[in-house]
Amino acid sequence: MVRPYALIAGRTRPSGQAIDLIASVCAVRGASAPDFDCEPEHLRLLRMCRVPASVADLAAGLDLPLGVVRVLIADLRDHGLVTVTGPATAGLSDGRILKEVADALRRL
Amino acid sequence: MPYADSDPAAALAATSAAPFAIKILIAGGFGVGKTTLVGSVSEVRPLRTEEDLSEPGSGVDALDGVERKTTTTVAMDFGRITINDDLVVYLFGTPGQKRFWFMWDELAYGALGAVVMADTRRLADCFPSIDYFERAGMPFVVAVNCFDDARRYPLPTMRAALNLTDDIPLLLCDARQRSSSRDVLVALVEHALARLSAGQQVTPAR
Repeated sequence: MVRPYALIAGRTRPSGQAIDLIASVCAVRGASAPDFDCEPEHLRLLRMCRVPASVADLAAGLDLPLGVVRVLIADLRDHGLVTVTGPATAGLSDGRILKEVADALRRL
Repeated sequence: MPYADSDPAAALAATSAAPFAIKILIAGGFGVGKTTLVGSVSEVRPLRTEEDLSEPGSGVDALDGVERKTTTTVAMDFGRITINDDLVVYLFGTPGQKRFWFMWDELAYGALGAVVMADTRRLADCFPSIDYFERAGMPFVVAVNCFDDARRYPLPTMRAALNLTDDIPLLLCDARQRSSSRDVLVALVEHALARLSAGQQVTPAR
């Protein structure tokens, strides 16, 4: 477990607003290459979220602990390279969405 | 696949909106079948998290000789059900013991609800999970995983033993069977819908 924490220089808390497990991370289109002292994992992360991806999916894809991935995402966000949105909880009080989910699950 | 670096289609899709994500929690004691249920009904991915042991776990985890170690890795069951381009269901399972409640607080935020899994041989193991979701005011169902060698009891007997009110769905399941695990999830979503119709708040405030 040493290596992942070296990666984020011992930081265990991401900067800025909390990043939920199912928040969606998306690379900012047209953003220039990272101009900070980034790790290869920052770049991998950036490539992975060219299409919006959830924090949990990104952590699983990178095979890094969630806390480490959150710090990396916050770094990218601080530099304007990704946006982090959600989770949108409003849908949970939308009966139509819940019904759609129930119907879809029934078809599994 | 969102991770195909050189896929031109993926690059084109970069403008597409993120799918709406639904979070469902799977709770219960160790060995109750959380991993089995998540695995039978969804595409499972490895996910690890690391937690500070200095507070919640003190006196529980044997840390003699490793005094400097203050975090531990906790594996989470993580599954994903892609319903369509716009809708994804995420399943997260972690142990339900009280010392893991600090993890639940974060997991519970914005969740649709929870499945509490129970084993009749160790029924008390699921009590902390039931307590947690009752307090959080979050919709939940209790699924009794029918292990081959476990004694079967009538549902009313189990409902009484679990001290569950009539409005909480209680069902039997075989977590190894995809259809059975699916039925548990459907029961949860329908319960959340019923609560919604009844005007009860679905999502607890953080």
